[in-house]
Amino acid sequence: MISRQLVIGLIVMVAVVVIMGLYVGHMRHRVTDLQPTQTDSRPLTPPVSGPTESVTLYVAYDDPGTIRATTTKVPLSSARQQRAEQLLRALMAIYLDQASQHPLAAGSEVKSVYLVDPGVAVIDVNAAFADGHRSGILVEELTVASMIQTLSANIQGISRVKILIDGKTRDTLAGHIDLSSPYETSSVNQLVQQLQSGF
Amino acid sequence: MRWSRSATVLSLLTACLFLPHIVDSADEKRISIYSTLANYTLPVVDRDGREYVGLLEILEPLGSVSSRIDSQRWKLRYKKIEAEFTVQKTRARIAGRETDMTAPFILENGRGLVPLSSLPTILPKFLGGPVTLRESGRRLFIGGVSTQVTVNLVKTTPARVLFNFSAPVNPTISTEPGHLRMAFTRDPVVASNTQWKFDDQSIPSATFTENNGAAEITVNSAASLMASFTAGGRTITVTNPPPLSAPTPPNTAARAGTTAPPPGSSAAAPPLVGGSPPSFAIVIDASHGGAERGAALTNDLAEKDVTLAFARVLRKELEARGIAVVMLRDSDSLLTVDQRAAMANARRSALYVNIHAASQGTGVRLYSASIPGGSGNRGAWIDWDTAQTSALPTSRDLVMGAASELQKRRIAVRILPAPLRPLNNIVSPAIAIELAPPSANVADVNSEPYQQPIAAAIAEFVATQKARLEAAR
Repeated sequence: MISRQLVIGLIVMVAVVVIMGLYVGHMRHRVTDLQPTQTDSRPLTPPVSGPTESVTLYVAYDDPGTIRATTTKVPLSSARQQRAEQLLRALMAIYLDQASQHPLAAGSEVKSVYLVDPGVAVIDVNAAFADGHRSGILVEELTVASMIQTLSANIQGISRVKILIDGKTRDTLAGHIDLSSPYETSSVNQLVQQLQSGF
Repeated sequence: MRWSRSATVLSLLTACLFLPHIVDSADEKRISIYSTLANYTLPVVDRDGREYVGLLEILEPLGSVSSRIDSQRWKLRYKKIEAEFTVQKTRARIAGRETDMTAPFILENGRGLVPLSSLPTILPKFLGGPVTLRESGRRLFIGGVSTQVTVNLVKTTPARVLFNFSAPVNPTISTEPGHLRMAFTRDPVVASNTQWKFDDQSIPSATFTENNGAAEITVNSAASLMASFTAGGRTITVTNPPPLSAPTPPNTAARAGTTAPPPGSSAAAPPLVGGSPPSFAIVIDASHGGAERGAALTNDLAEKDVTLAFARVLRKELEARGIAVVMLRDSDSLLTVDQRAAMANARRSALYVNIHAASQGTGVRLYSASIPGGSGNRGAWIDWDTAQTSALPTSRDLVMGAASELQKRRIAVRILPAPLRPLNNIVSPAIAIELAPPSANVADVNSEPYQQPIAAAIAEFVATQKARLEAAR
C-alpha cells in the first residue's frame, strides 16, 4: 500500500522534470537564434597605446601583380621588436579586409617578429597563413616581398629575413616560393622595384 | 714596489701550474664508455707508469653511486652494492668478495682511481654483466652494445665500397688527398678486421683503428672520395665522385638516368623520359605531379595537369625545330625538387625549362632564379643552394629574349626573378614559365589553341639560341 504523501511527492517531481525539460529546450532555441551567421576569423590585434606614426607599407595588388608603397598612420610602440610586429599586423589588416586586392586566408596572422642581431629578422606566421594562401609563383612572391619590404623599409638595420610557419621552417609558402632559406633585403628591394615597374 | 714584485712572482707560479694542463689538453688521454644507458668519455691519468681512471665517474652515469673516505679506506656504494678499496693495496672487497687488481688503488683529492686494465675485473661485480675493454684503443663496452661493421666492394663504375653497420652511426667524416676518414667517437663501432683489401684500383684498401677512445675507418684511394649515408645511417657508401662537377643534393646520388630516392622514400625516381642522353637537349620539367597537385586552378583543373599538357606542346614545338627534348615527367608522377634538379644536372642539359600555371593575372610570366648573395662553392664542389649562380646571367638573357619573342607575337608577358626551387639548384641556364589564363575563364589556360602559340614562340627563340647554348655547355 503506497502512502498518499509518496504519490503526491512523485507527481510533483515528475511535473518539475517535465517543466525543466521544456525550459531547457526553450533556452537552447534562444541560444541558436542568438548565434551570428558568420564568424569573424580575423585575429585580434592587441591594443596599442601612444601616438600614431606615419609609415610606408608595401601593399601587393594581384591585378596587375604589383606592389605599391602606401603611406599610412599606425600606432607604434617605441620598442623595435614590437614596432616590427605592429607594422606587419597593419599590413595583414589590409590583406584581411574584404576589399583587399591581394586577399589572404581568413585567420592569417603574424604571430611574432624576432629581431636577431646582427640584422636578422625572423617573421613567424601562423599555419592558417600558409595553409590558406593561394598557390602560384607571382601571388606567393607578392606576399613575401611585401612583408619583407615593409619590414626593412621601416625598421633600420635589417639585412636578412627568415619566414617561419608556426615556428617551423617550411619548404615553400604554398607550393612555389622558397621559404627554406632567409631572404636578403637588398635582393627583395630590387624585386619590389621590378614588380613596381610592371614589366 | 714590493707588492708588485710579489704579484709578478705569484702570476708566474700560477702560469707554471696551469701551463702543463693547457699543453696536455690537446692530447689528453681519454677512455670512451659505451652502455645501453649512456655513451661517455672520461679522462685517463698516468700514475707510476700505469693508466688509471676514476671509478666513481665510471659508475655515475649508470646508477646512483656515493663514496666516503674512512682513513686509508675508500668506501663506495653503487645501488645496493658495497665496495671497499684501500690506498696502495691491490686487493679490494666488492659485494663481500675479495677482488685483485693489476696495480694498487690510489686515492687522490678524494677521487678513487683504479687501474684501467682492472676494469673488466671490477665492473662486472657492480654491474652484473659482461664488460669488454679494448685497452689499446681505450674503449669500454658494457653489455652487448657494440655496433658491428661489415664491408664489401660493389664493382660498378665508379666502384663503391659499402660499410654496413648493425646500428645507425654518425661519424665525423674528413677527406684529404688519398684518404677519407670516418671517426667514431660516440658510436661503439667494432670490426673483426683491421684491414680490408679490395680488388679495385680506385679504392684499393681500408683500415680500422682504435685510439684514445675513438674508432676510425680510413679508406685509401688514389683519387678524391666522397661518402653518403643511406638506410637511416646504417650504410655508408664511399665512392669516387664523378668527374662532372654538377652538384648532388644531400643524401641523393645522381647517376645517368636515375636518381636515388630521398631519405625516407622507398620508391626510386622514375627514369627520364627520352632515352639515352642526347648531346644537346632541352630539359622540360612539368612541375608538381602525383599527389602534389599544385594550385587548384578551378574545381576540376589542377596545376599539375596544365603543366604536363603545356610541356607536351612545348616538346612538340621544339622537336619540330630539330631540338632534342628530355621530359622529367611524362605522366602523373611525383618528383621532389631535389630529384628534378639532380636529373637535369646529370643530363647536363643545354637549357632547363620549369613549367607552372596559375589562375591569377593573364598571359605568360617568365622567371629566372633569385639567389641569395654569395656562393658556397668549394673548389670543384658546387654549392647546391646556389648552383645556378654561374649560369644566371645567361638565364636572365634567355628570359629577356623569350619575352621579346612572345611580345612580337602579341602575347602578354612579364619577366621577374623568383626564389623558386629547383631553379637555384640547376647548373645550366634555367628559366621558369608560369602560364596564366588568357581571359576570365581560367579553364582556357589548358586549351591547346592558347598554349600552342606560346610554346611556338619559346621554341622558336630557343632554336635561335642553339649555337650559344651549345657553346655554353
